[in-house]
Amino acid sequence: MILNIVIILGFQLAGETLVRGLGLSLPGPVLGLAGLFVTFLLFPAVARMVSSTAQGLLAHLSMLFVPAGVGVVQHLSIMESEGLGLLLAVLASTTLALIVGAFTFVGVARLTEGPKEAKQ
Amino acid sequence: MTALPDIWTYLAKGPLLWLTMTLLAYVIGDAIFKRFNRAPYANPVMIATILVSALLLITGTPYHTYFEGAQFVHFMLGPATVSLAVPLYANRVHIRRALIPMLAALVAGSLTAVLVAIAVGMMMGLDHTTLVSLAPKSTTAPVAIGISEKVGGLPTLTAVLVLITGILGAIVVTPTFNALGLTDWRARGFATGVAAHGVGTARALQINETAGAFAGIGMGLNALLTAVIVPYIVTWLL
Repeated sequence: MILNIVIILGFQLAGETLVRGLGLSLPGPVLGLAGLFVTFLLFPAVARMVSSTAQGLLAHLSMLFVPAGVGVVQHLSIMESEGLGLLLAVLASTTLALIVGAFTFVGVARLTEGPKEAKQ
Repeated sequence: MTALPDIWTYLAKGPLLWLTMTLLAYVIGDAIFKRFNRAPYANPVMIATILVSALLLITGTPYHTYFEGAQFVHFMLGPATVSLAVPLYANRVHIRRALIPMLAALVAGSLTAVLVAIAVGMMMGLDHTTLVSLAPKSTTAPVAIGISEKVGGLPTLTAVLVLITGILGAIVVTPTFNALGLTDWRARGFATGVAAHGVGTARALQINETAGAFAGIGMGLNALLTAVIVPYIVTWLL
């Protein structure tokens, strides 16, 4: 358990160190994610070991957003003056991204998987 | 005996009170969410955020005082992001099999989410800092907050926008895809994960297991892509 936490924090630490050291414009934990994923591919035993701890953390993922979300109290004036624009921007971009993403998937799948499906 | 206001003054300064309130608000939010049969509009994070925000405003507590306690919860976002490697690895067979359609949908969906948000935001005359904070809103919160910090946005505003994106996405996704006659659960799920991160993924899991798995992959991959493209887009456009 403690070792699993050390592994997860270790990859985050390595990610943060690399991002700072190389001046990358990427959050450190994202690089840690990529590093851990590659490690899993190379050493599947590590994946079996870490997975229960990681899943425990991810099970409560949505709770972790609350402190940052409460930050809205600092931005009440922005919400008052720009709330409508933000709402429209979020609604339009999310709906369009859903449609564009799904139809791209279906279109490309038809091109690349078409012959395989015909064989089955 | 110490008077109640004095006890409050003492507790309100330390981390214990606000850490407890954050967890309690989430427990209440989660109970309400389950009571409403997990309807997307009864999102537990939204409820908890409103409860804590109201409490801060009523008691006149500044955000930085609150954050002294809440930082312990906030800190866990980093390790949670790293932990996303686990579901990604668990789905590696799916990823390999549908790799090309997924990569195409990832780039198309991710770019649409960022560019349309900025375009509509500009048309609505949003402030520069607001636009920068808006750009990464389709990716999962810990990553979006990290990006926002990097590109000069307001991380807490980004967190709120991420939340709103997820909730709106979870509400519109099923009616939209049904109206368009889209039946491929892989495509529906994947696009949901890309556009509406964890909240959308949770919604997809309720509707269809395949959709849920692909939503998880979409969310994970978009965490990586958004982190790479948003800093460039912000530099070029804003």
